[in-house]
Amino acid sequence: MANIISDETIEYVGILAKLELSQGEQEQAKADMGRMLDYIDKLGELDTTGVEPMSHVFPVQNVFREDVVTNNDMREQMLLNAPEEKDGMFVVPKTFL
Amino acid sequence: MSKQYETVIGLEVHVELATKTKIFCGCSTTFGAAPNTQTCPVCSGMPGSLPVLNRKVLEYAIAVGLATNCEITRYAKFDRKNYFYPDNPQNYQISQLYLPICRNGWVEIETKKGGLKRVGIHEIHMEEDAGKLIHDEWEDCSLVDYNRSGVPLIEIVSKPDMRSAEEVIAYLEKLRLLIQYLGASDCKLQEGSMRADVNLSVREVGAKQLGTRTEMKNLNSFKAISRAIAGETERQIDLIEAGERVIQETRRWDDTKGESYAMRSKEDAQDYRYFPDPDLVPVAVSDEMLKKIRAAQPEFRNEKMQRYREEFGIPDYDIEIITESKHMADIFEAATAICGQPKKVSNWLMGETLRLMKERETDAEDLRFSPEHLAKLIWLADKKLITGSVAKEVFEVMFEENVDPERYVEEMGLKTVNDEDSLRKTIAEVIAANPQSVADYRSGKEKAIGFLVGQTMKAMKGKADPAAVNQILREEIVK
Repeated sequence: MANIISDETIEYVGILAKLELSQGEQEQAKADMGRMLDYIDKLGELDTTGVEPMSHVFPVQNVFREDVVTNNDMREQMLLNAPEEKDGMFVVPKTFL
Repeated sequence: MSKQYETVIGLEVHVELATKTKIFCGCSTTFGAAPNTQTCPVCSGMPGSLPVLNRKVLEYAIAVGLATNCEITRYAKFDRKNYFYPDNPQNYQISQLYLPICRNGWVEIETKKGGLKRVGIHEIHMEEDAGKLIHDEWEDCSLVDYNRSGVPLIEIVSKPDMRSAEEVIAYLEKLRLLIQYLGASDCKLQEGSMRADVNLSVREVGAKQLGTRTEMKNLNSFKAISRAIAGETERQIDLIEAGERVIQETRRWDDTKGESYAMRSKEDAQDYRYFPDPDLVPVAVSDEMLKKIRAAQPEFRNEKMQRYREEFGIPDYDIEIITESKHMADIFEAATAICGQPKKVSNWLMGETLRLMKERETDAEDLRFSPEHLAKLIWLADKKLITGSVAKEVFEVMFEENVDPERYVEEMGLKTVNDEDSLRKTIAEVIAANPQSVADYRSGKEKAIGFLVGQTMKAMKGKADPAAVNQILREEIVK
């Protein structure tokens, strides 16, 4: 494995992903991520001189909608997905701004 | 402080676009609806939902780009900016990093010395707004309303070209006017349809390199912006003078306390891991699209001012005030087109309108009376169907409720009494009731007539023509 993931990196990625990993999980994740990067590095071996970066998998562009209201009030259905609701809103753990 | 410092400022301005629907779904953007009644699977981040770009958002963004001398990116795309926060249901914001729609523009501002200065625009990109978090006072939780989630925004990123709070405000005013004239947004700082983040650093005068900058958020008035700039400049100079370093960070301005504090910690590191959004196809701006948008650009303020000077013969000062708001300029032009009296229309705007706006703390964009009604009011006064004081009284009601002045005058019985008999009768009563003033006038005290005119007008409830009252009074007293 060419790519070695450091403890700091795995901790940082954990913070970004909002995950708390146990010692064992951290080791497992380090090994997995190292292998993923090795796999990606393979692409680096290709000569891409003169190749435009791809923006989309399909050769499609300019798909628009017109500025017309098409949705009605569907609050009731939307809130069915809420683990908890109050006053028509989604309840989440307290956040500070 | 022995060294001389210079403040270097760049702005990130978010503008909420005036579309009827959100950027990627057909939900309404009407302000003030009950929580979550304008949401759908797309704007609340349900798995499997697919965003589709609102054409109007692209057109507005290009129009603002053209108005600010930008190069329009002919092949643009959207990227995902990843971060976790409950107001962002997808856990990423759809924005543009790699190929933003507009780049390399500039606007011209007037400096304090009266010169012109260019402020560069680095780029303008399209993105979606986040939802709104409400903090529950009673229970230990927060509540989320996604009505604002997916409302279209453009972010206008300037170059670090400004050197003072005055320049910052001149730049914001310039953007506000351009965008309001385009009809792309109402640009209200207080209501959040225009938001400015200030990037600021200080350096010694003459230094080539920029100092470390901080980004300041939560600035919702021009006053707050000025104060925050002064406060942050001082804080950074103090740090440097004390031999410390300025840390690159985001700070939140507390306007009531007049100080800022650092917003983020390691726990919410700013690492957005941008990547192209595979759900949205690229945007190719065609020649025809560009041509169409260019052709539809409105007359902007400078051209309008020039035309007013040539066409209407009203004072420069009036022109300046009227064109400071697109809405007021529209009222002026429409009312003038109907009644053909630019000077009178301007007088109503410069006089009573500004007075009432100040008294009621109304913004020019929120003026409610229609140009048709203003023209009609001018006509009523011209025809001497109502007196000047009644006209002002009616205007005040128009200002509040946009009533039809003709109908209102009719209903409230405010028409000027032109019936000479009843006028003479009232005058006779006033003369009888005020012998002293009558005597004063007879003995040559010209001023006494003013008092008697006032008494008559009061008795007539303002519905008499003061000139006629004056004339008849003099006749009656001399008799």
